[in-house]
Amino acid sequence: MTATFNQPDPGRFPAGRRAFPHRDLLGISQLERHEILYLLAEAQQWVEFNHQSKKRSKALRGLTVINAFFENSTRTLLSFEIAGKRLGADVVNMHAAQSSVKKGETLIDTAITLNAMRADAIVIRHGSSGAVELIASKVDCPVLNAGDGQHEHPTQALLDALALRSALAERGQASEDFTGLKVTICGDILHSRVARSNILCLTALGATVRLCAPPALMPQGVEAMGAVPYHDFDAALEGTDVAMMLRLQTERMSGQFIPSAREYHRLYGLTQGRLERCAPDALVMHPGPMNRGVEIDSDVADMLDRSIITRQVEMGVAVRMAALDVLTRKTRGVAGWNDGEWQ
Amino acid sequence: MKQARPLTITGGRLVTPDSVMDGAIRVVEGRIAALGKVTAQDGDEVIDAKGQLIAPGLVDFGVFAIDKPAFHFGGITRAALMPDQSPPLDLPSRVSYIAKSGKPDLWVHPLAAATCELRGSELAEIGLMKDAGARGVATGRKWIADTGVMLRLLQYAAMLDLVVVTHAEDAALVGDASATAGEMATRLGLPSAPAEAEALAVARDIALAEMSGARVHIRQITTRAALDLVRAAKGRGVAVTAGVTPAHFMLSDLATAEFRTFARLSPPLRSEADRQAVIEAIADGTIDVVASGHDPRGPEDKRLPFADAAPGMAGAETLLAMTLGLVRDGVIDLARAFALLAGNPARLLGINAGVLAEGYEADLCIVNPDKPWVVDSAKMAAVAGNTPFDKQPTQGRATTVIKGGVIL
Repeated sequence: MTATFNQPDPGRFPAGRRAFPHRDLLGISQLERHEILYLLAEAQQWVEFNHQSKKRSKALRGLTVINAFFENSTRTLLSFEIAGKRLGADVVNMHAAQSSVKKGETLIDTAITLNAMRADAIVIRHGSSGAVELIASKVDCPVLNAGDGQHEHPTQALLDALALRSALAERGQASEDFTGLKVTICGDILHSRVARSNILCLTALGATVRLCAPPALMPQGVEAMGAVPYHDFDAALEGTDVAMMLRLQTERMSGQFIPSAREYHRLYGLTQGRLERCAPDALVMHPGPMNRGVEIDSDVADMLDRSIITRQVEMGVAVRMAALDVLTRKTRGVAGWNDGEWQ
Repeated sequence: MKQARPLTITGGRLVTPDSVMDGAIRVVEGRIAALGKVTAQDGDEVIDAKGQLIAPGLVDFGVFAIDKPAFHFGGITRAALMPDQSPPLDLPSRVSYIAKSGKPDLWVHPLAAATCELRGSELAEIGLMKDAGARGVATGRKWIADTGVMLRLLQYAAMLDLVVVTHAEDAALVGDASATAGEMATRLGLPSAPAEAEALAVARDIALAEMSGARVHIRQITTRAALDLVRAAKGRGVAVTAGVTPAHFMLSDLATAEFRTFARLSPPLRSEADRQAVIEAIADGTIDVVASGHDPRGPEDKRLPFADAAPGMAGAETLLAMTLGLVRDGVIDLARAFALLAGNPARLLGINAGVLAEGYEADLCIVNPDKPWVVDSAKMAAVAGNTPFDKQPTQGRATTVIKGGVIL
C-alpha cells in the first residue's frame, strides 16, 4: 500500500509545487493549509495500517531515527518510538538525564554530535522555545519538533485535528476541514505549546477558536493569531462544538498563578453540568496526562460518546508515522521526492 | 603617546553645540588651541577634511567592555564603563586600575558599583571609588529592588555629587522574562513581561530622585509610558536624564522573529508604538543620551535558545551611523546628534570633553556623514559580532579619529 501514498493527489495542491517541500517539521506556523491537509491524509492511511494485526512496514528499513528528549516525556516519546519501529526504522532514544547535557555540553555541541552519528531523522523535545529550530540549523537530516518550550508541538496539533476529523466522520459529518466548527481551548494557555500549535492548525483549517483561561494564564496578543480570549468558562463554552481541555501543571496551582486546585476546578473544571452549555453532542478532548477532578471530571473524560481522548493517543502514532515517512522520502530516494531544494 | 607637533584640520564643517559651520581647527600639545577661521602655521601637520564634519569624539555612556578596535571604528574617544565586570567595580583598587586602563588612545571613565557585588543590598565604598576615578555610580544590569537601599544610595550620591546610572525594569514583574509581552512573544512562546515594568521602575526612581536631590540618569528608556514620566519630571525640575541605544529606536520586537538571539537585549525590544515614542522623545529633548551599550558576546553566550542566551549587543561600531540616520530622517539636526553622542554624556560625567571648545582635550573625529557601508556581523572590529543590524545598509562613518591630538 505504501506505493499509493507517495504521490499527492494533483487536484489538491498548487500546480508545479511539491506537496510537502520542507526538510523539517518545526511548527504549524511553517505550514500552509494544503500541507497540513496532506499530512493528515497521509496519517489517515497509517491509521488503517495500524488496525492490522501485523503492524510492520518496511518503509524506513535501515534508517536510524534518534529521539533526543531534553525534557521528560513518557507518552510522546513512546508514541514516536512506536511510530519509528512500525515503519521499520532503527530507533534510538536519548534522555537528557543520562546525557552529557548535564555535564555542561552546549546544545550546539550535542546537535553536532548527533549529526556526526549520521541519523536519518532526529526527533527533539526541549524545554526552551526555539531550541529545536536551533538544532535543525546545525544538522543535515530532517528534524521533527516534539515540543519546544512554550512555542510549538506540531504533531500534537496534527493528531488533534485527525482525531477530530475522524470523530466527526463517524457521526456522518465528514469534511476535509473544520469550516464553521467552534472549538474552545481551556486551561494554561500562557505556558502551553499545545495551545499555540492548535490555534494555528485549527484556524488554518477554518475553525473558530476560543481560548479560556484566568488572566494570569492568558498570553497577550492571541487575537492577532485569530483566537478569541475569554475568562468566563461558561461563556466560552456556550454553543461550542469541541471542548479541548489543557493540563494544569501542579506547581502552578498553589498560589503562584491560581489560588488552588479546587478553586480552579470550580471556575474552569469541565463538568457534566458545564458540558450542557456546549452544542448538543459536543466533543471533549485533552492532550493528556489528565488531572482528573481538576481541569476535567472523570465522568466527562470517560464518556464514550463524547470524549475522544483515547482516540487522540491512537492518532498520535499515525501522525508521527506520516511525518517520519514524508520527511525521509528525499533521503530514501522515493520517486518524485528526490530532486529539488528544500524550502 | 603625545602629540609631536601642532595639527591643523582645514576645510571641514565644525560641529559646535549651537551650529555647524565651515572652518578649521588647530590642536597644540593635545588640546584645542583655536577653532573657526584658523589657518595652519609653519611646521603644522595639516589634514584637509575635504568638507567632512569635524566633530567631538564620541563619549559612550555605559559600555560593558573595553573594546578599542570597535571604539576607534565608531569614533568613540571616551567610554563610561559599567561596573558589571568580572570581578565587579565595587572596590577603589579596581576602579583606579580601570581608570588608567585605556590610556592614552582611549579614556575609560569607570562607573562605580552602587552596591557590593551589585547585589542591590549593601552600599559599596562610593566615596573612595570617586577618589579613585569613578565618574558616576551605576546599579548595573539590574534594578535595585529594595527601595530603602535605593533611597540611601541616592542621598549618598547626591552628597558626593555623582550621577547615579540606573536600569529601569521592575524586577519582580520581569522575573526571568526575555521578551516584551505581546503578539511576538506569544507566537514565539517566550517568557515575557509587560512593557509597563519599565514605567513602574521609572516612577519609583523619579520619586526617590525628588526626595534625595540626586542626579539620576536612566541608562535606557524604551517605552512611551516611562518617557511620559521623565518628560513630566523634567518639567518639574527634577534632575533626571534619560538615555537609549540605537536598537530601541531602530528595531521593534519583530526583530526577534526566528529566535534571533542578536536581538535579545535588556530591556527587551518593544512594540512598534514604543519605538515611535522613543524617536519622538529624542526629537523633543526628553532623551539626553544615545549610547552603544557595547556588550560583545561570542557564540557561547549567543548561540543558544533565545531565553537561555545572554542579552546584549556589540553596538560601538554602529552607534554613530544609526544616530546620523535620525539626522537624515529629519528627527534631529547635526548639532543635537553630537550633543546626544558626546556633549550630554560628558556633562553628566562631569568631564571637560564632548564639545569643540578651546582648551579642551583634542578628542576629535572627522566624519563623512554620507559614506555608505553595510553592517556585517562576520567582519566587525569588535571582539564579537553580535549586532542586531547585520546586513543592514547604513550611512556615516568616522574616517579619522584623534585622541588628545594624536591621530589613531
